[in-house]
Amino acid sequence: MSSLSRLFLLGLLCMAKVASSAEFNQVQHEKSSVSFGYKQMGVAMDGKFRKFVVNLNFDPSKPATANAQVDIDLASIDTGTSEGDDEVAGKQWFNSKAFPSAKFASTSVKALGADRYEVTGKLSIKGKSVDAIAPFTFKPQGPAGVFDGALTIKRLDFAIGEGPWADVGAVANEVQIKFHIVATALPTTAAPKK
Amino acid sequence: MNSQSPSRYANSAILIHWLTALLIFVAFPLGKYMHDLPLSPQKLELFSYHKWLGITVLLLFLPRLLVRMAKPPPTALPAPAWQHIAANVTHALLYLLILLVPLSGWLMSSAKGVSVVYLGLIPLPDMVDKNKELGSLLRNFHEALSTGLFVLVALHLAAAIKHHVIDKDGTLRRMLPGRNV
Ligand code: HEM
Ligand code: HEM
Repeated sequence: MSSLSRLFLLGLLCMAKVASSAEFNQVQHEKSSVSFGYKQMGVAMDGKFRKFVVNLNFDPSKPATANAQVDIDLASIDTGTSEGDDEVAGKQWFNSKAFPSAKFASTSVKALGADRYEVTGKLSIKGKSVDAIAPFTFKPQGPAGVFDGALTIKRLDFAIGEGPWADVGAVANEVQIKFHIVATALPTTAAPKK
Repeated sequence: MNSQSPSRYANSAILIHWLTALLIFVAFPLGKYMHDLPLSPQKLELFSYHKWLGITVLLLFLPRLLVRMAKPPPTALPAPAWQHIAANVTHALLYLLILLVPLSGWLMSSAKGVSVVYLGLIPLPDMVDKNKELGSLLRNFHEALSTGLFVLVALHLAAAIKHHVIDKDGTLRRMLPGRNV
């Protein structure tokens, strides 16, 4: 074996080691997205949030110790029309002046086998908290890891859409929230750089 | 009566003519009304009803064409040549617009990112990708085309009344169900 290929093998080994003990905790927000889907008069619609902050620590070899906190800026909503954006900022919807953000805080993470996991936590919107479970997948992608998951909430649990909007015939009660989070790892063993 | 040149429209043609007219008479004012409403569940409902009415107009177009081929319209009643030409041009444009008005509405909906689910049951394919600018362009198209339709229908209606009331001929009666002319 040439010294070059030996070096290469060594490199591979090191990479494998780093990857297996890597804790993904540097979220790359510009590559991540938080979107939602719902039905309006039976028509599938979607939208997204432009601003959100995710903090997470996820080591695929120790999923039980993982945790995540998500903070979504509700005023950054994109429903597809400015009329819709203005409407949902109002008191009957998010009342985003009084309740500017939606928050999720994990309480536990469970491995479901292969690349599938499940995070449990508290989702708080508009002053109301509800226990939520979101299944997700985790896939390494180069130096980064990609989390893809979704959870379905009932908007009326949070009083999102009050008054005439409580009519679930026009806008369905079920809203699917989808997240696509890209994070890189700072190896836990690495000394923090100054 | 000879079967080659009927004196009146076939019952199927009459049915589709008045059904289409009725749908348009509801869809048009509904379109104007709903457009100005503030966003509300009612607005979303009315938008859907408007789309379903309009798609029904579109759906009736093919049977209408088939009926026309199977049962040609009666030969024109005696009238000055310019009136025949005016009638033919108006009818041709009406046919064109009952096709283009709903199609532009469907295109607009696709461009605005709101797919059409006919009667809340049957999802129709999106004709174009979501595109805001195209959406507002098509909205203007839809408005202009429906205004054109409105003007033509008004002319068409005025002509029908003129024939019935002033000329007292069978023009309107042969498009009405029942009695023979
Ligand atoms: C939205 C409404 C309407 C549309 C799109 C429409 C369209 C048409 C078209 C395309 C024809 C030609 C049929 C053919 O020969 O192939 C026709 C004929 C006719 N329509 Fe209408 N129409 C509408 C409303 C009305 C109304 C309100 C009236 C009268 C009150 C009317 C009276 C007639 C009559 C009398 C004919 C027969 C003309 C003839 O025999 O030459 N239509 N219509
Ligand atoms: C015979 C059929 C139709 C007629 C006569 C009609 C007529 C109209 C009219 C008069 C307006 C109001 C335009 C304005 O002043 O702003 C309108 C708006 C509208 N139409 Fe139609 N329409 C028809 C079919 C359709 C179809 C098939 C669709 C969609 C599938 C559709 C979708 C819309 C939408 C979304 C608007 C609201 C645009 C806005 O306010 O932003 N229409 N229509």
